[in-house]
Amino acid sequence: MALLEVRELTMEFGGLRAVDDVTFDVHQGEILSIIGPNGAGKTTVFNVLTGLYHPTRGEIVFNGHRLNELKPYQITALGIARTFQNIRLFREMTVWENVVVGAHTRLKSGFFPSIFKGPATRREERAAREQAYRHLEFVGLRGLETAKARQLPYGAQRRLEIARALAADPRLLLLDEPAAGMNATETAELMELIRKLKRQSITVILIEHDMRMVMDISERIVVLDHGRKIAEGTPDEVRRNEAVIAAYLGASASAGH
Amino acid sequence: MLDWADGLLRSFINPYYYGILVTIGINIILALSLNLVTGFTGQLHLGHAAFMAVGAYTAGLLATKAGVGFAVAVPAAGLAAALAGVVVGLPTLRLRGDYLAIATLGFGEIVRITLLNLDITGGPFGLRGIPRQTNLPIVILAVVIAFAVLRSLVNSRVGRALVAIREDEVAAQTMGIDTTRYKVTAFTVAAFFAGVAGALFAYWFRYLNPSSFGFMVSIELLAMVVFGGLGNLLGSALGAGVMTYLPEFLRTVAPAIAERRLVFYGALLVIVMILRPNGLLGTSSEQGWLEVWLARRRSRPPEARSGAPRHGTPPAAQGGGDGGAA
Repeated sequence: MALLEVRELTMEFGGLRAVDDVTFDVHQGEILSIIGPNGAGKTTVFNVLTGLYHPTRGEIVFNGHRLNELKPYQITALGIARTFQNIRLFREMTVWENVVVGAHTRLKSGFFPSIFKGPATRREERAAREQAYRHLEFVGLRGLETAKARQLPYGAQRRLEIARALAADPRLLLLDEPAAGMNATETAELMELIRKLKRQSITVILIEHDMRMVMDISERIVVLDHGRKIAEGTPDEVRRNEAVIAAYLGASASAGH
Repeated sequence: MLDWADGLLRSFINPYYYGILVTIGINIILALSLNLVTGFTGQLHLGHAAFMAVGAYTAGLLATKAGVGFAVAVPAAGLAAALAGVVVGLPTLRLRGDYLAIATLGFGEIVRITLLNLDITGGPFGLRGIPRQTNLPIVILAVVIAFAVLRSLVNSRVGRALVAIREDEVAAQTMGIDTTRYKVTAFTVAAFFAGVAGALFAYWFRYLNPSSFGFMVSIELLAMVVFGGLGNLLGSALGAGVMTYLPEFLRTVAPAIAERRLVFYGALLVIVMILRPNGLLGTSSEQGWLEVWLARRRSRPPEARSGAPRHGTPPAAQGGGDGGAA
């Protein structure tokens, strides 16, 4: 059974149909990419999957739970975490605090324990911070824990978003253009990081414009254009697909440069 | 209560300054609690005086009509205000930005006008005959408790959630934070302390009038918080202290300015906003040299020195092009 099933998903805003009858599955442990020209509806799919929008029609089932009506925080608790296309860090918070906020649903301290910090709360705080440091080490941000998020260079901010999402202990991680604005070296490091996630059996859906990266790392690719799914398959299949080539004006989809 | 301590304090503080200190203490509690909502959670709240009014009138009515004692009436006033906080917060905190500001402003006026028109509160004639049971040691105790509780709260899982909401509400939701619930929590806690402050106010001045809790009071409280620094508790205490004492001080040296207190506040705020955009004790969004220096020191744990960051990440202070002071 698929980890995530998206069935006939349609998302309309007034008269605009941003996502139109899209169906796909994501299997446990795979890396699936969603590609398509600008405005194809890729980020809208992420926003629906994470509960920021409620779908107009269709159904989303994650790990046996129907997500359609759930709120973002409930979906996070079920095990879906994400990053954002335009970085949305908590800029005035420190790097480690950003990561601990990511672990919000995994921590328990409620209102009164937060005020009267008993031994259990203190223990949880300490463990959460140590865990955050491990996540930061994992994404290569060791040594920057107490800097403020806004002080980090661009590439590091993208990695911090990944660390923050990992802190939610997700089964499914949605990465929205993680390589945007990165140079070749940073992109190579990012790909290595995503492969490390896969080895930890985290399932990844990737939205990305860097075709070299997409073709290299994805096991399967879903192609959207004007809100519709126009192709799905392995990188090789998608590369040769007529509709995909047409959508990209016969340009970069096949070559990857 | 605490009469022995009161006697001690009165033995070396003259009555004039004693009264000012009580007022400063009450305003500190109000500013601290408003800061939780506006500074930490980032929700512009223009009706804080209304929560103070709910607390003040609850205590005043309990004291004059029900014969309830001080030690019961003060917490009861806090709880009544907290209840008002939940009732007002649940519908309004779904609103954002300007809309929330307008809704809280409207709430403040509703409370004031209600108090003005009820018979039991004495309407425009006010409520009289409350015994004077607030004294300076009790106010100091209340300030210390409010400060300790709020400081502990903001440095916790709950507090981080509040700041995350301020920083980016969408990202906060996506990180698993039930944003409405946390905003209502902040609002309720703030209302509780405002209610307590209102009760202390009632038991100090012994007379309550709706005009003591108008829109301008909410604005003055907001000015204290902004002046001291949004998201900084010590700043709020400082802001409340300075902005309560200054008019008194000016009254003696420059009565003409004291009469135009609000003009003076306005000018003071403009100056602070130009020189310290985030308030006296707030962190500067333009990185100050001190911050850069501290960040660099702290981001350098001794064991990390052996190997430079593997990915060639520049240290924090050089990042983002905003570390001009480096």
